[in-house]
Amino acid sequence: MNTGEKLIALKAIVTKEILRFSRIWIQTVLPPVITTALYFIIFGNLIGPRIGEMDGFGYMEFIIPGLIMMAVITNSYANVVSSFYGSKFQRHIEEMLISPVPNYIILIGYVSGGVARGLTVGVAVTVVSLVFHPLNIHSLWVMFSMIILTAILFSLAGLINGVYAKSFDDISIIPTFVLTPLTYLGGIFYSISMLPEFWQQLSLANPILYMVNAFRYGFLGVSDISLLTSYAISIGFIIALYVFSLYLLRKGHGIRT
Amino acid sequence: MAAALTIQDLGKTYKGGVTALKGVNLEVAEGDFFGLLGPNGAGKTTLIGILSSLVNKSAGSVSIFGHDLGSDTAAAKACIGLVPQEFNFNMFEPPIEIVANQAGYYGIERSEAFRRAEQKLRKLDLWDKRQVMSRTLSGGMKRRLMIARALVNEPKLLILDEPTAGVDIEIRRSMWKFLREINDAGTTIILTTHYLEEAESLCRNIAIIDKGELIENTSTRKLLNSLKKETFVLDLEAPLAELPQLKTHKLKRVDDQTVEADICRDDPINTLFTELNAHGIKVLSMRNKTNRLEELFMNLVENGNGNGAIT
Repeated sequence: MNTGEKLIALKAIVTKEILRFSRIWIQTVLPPVITTALYFIIFGNLIGPRIGEMDGFGYMEFIIPGLIMMAVITNSYANVVSSFYGSKFQRHIEEMLISPVPNYIILIGYVSGGVARGLTVGVAVTVVSLVFHPLNIHSLWVMFSMIILTAILFSLAGLINGVYAKSFDDISIIPTFVLTPLTYLGGIFYSISMLPEFWQQLSLANPILYMVNAFRYGFLGVSDISLLTSYAISIGFIIALYVFSLYLLRKGHGIRT
Repeated sequence: MAAALTIQDLGKTYKGGVTALKGVNLEVAEGDFFGLLGPNGAGKTTLIGILSSLVNKSAGSVSIFGHDLGSDTAAAKACIGLVPQEFNFNMFEPPIEIVANQAGYYGIERSEAFRRAEQKLRKLDLWDKRQVMSRTLSGGMKRRLMIARALVNEPKLLILDEPTAGVDIEIRRSMWKFLREINDAGTTIILTTHYLEEAESLCRNIAIIDKGELIENTSTRKLLNSLKKETFVLDLEAPLAELPQLKTHKLKRVDDQTVEADICRDDPINTLFTELNAHGIKVLSMRNKTNRLEELFMNLVENGNGNGAIT
């Protein structure tokens, strides 16, 4: 395949992935928007004023970036894991495997689908947040780059989960028991400076903390973590997960016998 | 004529230690309509899985139109279209998207992909169903959808793994007609089937695989000529009081008005009728007891190799 043909194949996979989640938007886009709106109402509007300021900002303003980030993380992950596992379960992954499309194009195609859903939900949640608080943008570049990197990272993680999954249970175990706790403990609702020293140090082992803080910096200009560290960790994870995903696809783990 | 497919010493041992293929050698000529037969678990689907890159081979080599599947993978894959045994498309996508997306995976530009998808879906009588969810299609329609999908990249080698399984006789016949047409147009076809009548009707050459080994590989005509004896069923005009003793053929009673006669290939069939006439027995109709290829197939598989006597 020449480069032009590879790009056409990539476009076909991305289009298919976007159509997939768009077709079932009531299951894929609407629920996270409603859930996040409830967070805004309960934590931001009702409980927030009693908490007071966090890092010099109103509580509602403080949690908005984290909640957007949470929606992006869970949706990019969920999109790829369910789509990839679904294609294994129904065996239509074979459509791509028999074709000349290279593994890295398949990988980028699925990840692009995850990023597309993550960003779609992220934009929808941001729009909803405007009902509760005007948007405060400190650095559009940091905001945009960090949300893209995060969506890529969790799309790759979702693909690895999809490769290993052998049942529908397997695609919900990681999101429920690993991703959700790490997200909630990743500084969405609080600044780690509030924590005792031990818990602060432990929190630094949570990669989501770096992304949430960098993203919050894009909005508010404050972060518990240095921006450089956040970028380095995110890019490092992306490279590692990309290489591992490609290795799994080349080996045919779970998709070729 | 150039080889569409060359397989050398192909072996496959699965992780659990099961050996599905044991050093298979096979060549399929360009333009051939080739039948690959064998009982369940013989290794047919593993062989097709390797050809279509869904199964990793353990040993040997595969070359498709001169492109080695291991080293010149993309070029080899570009030559193939696959119609698998089981439905393997997204049941929640409409046929038009399934076929057009498949074209996209071969680097065919979107507008051309939709043009070809329309052409294939019309040809296979699925155009009216192009926008419905694929899970709502009937079994026969789903099979035809997989054929349309396999043809969208206009493959030089089309592999069909039991394409007519579970479809009614009318659709099966129309699919045969369609397959003959695309073969006549130059597409090499490899077909596996459990309907031996299908193989006899469509295939010019046949290989029989059993327990991971090729036990026969020859032309359909030669294979059928090797059948030494056939059993015919005769429907009689009047009930038989007693089974007559014939000099040349042995008769077996099925019921009062039906008998079976074994006829050796070298014996003229006229002698049977001459003798029946002599006994005043009139025959209304005559048919093969079993499909000829079925009889051969059973002989070969039961003997376990291609050297067993075909009786």
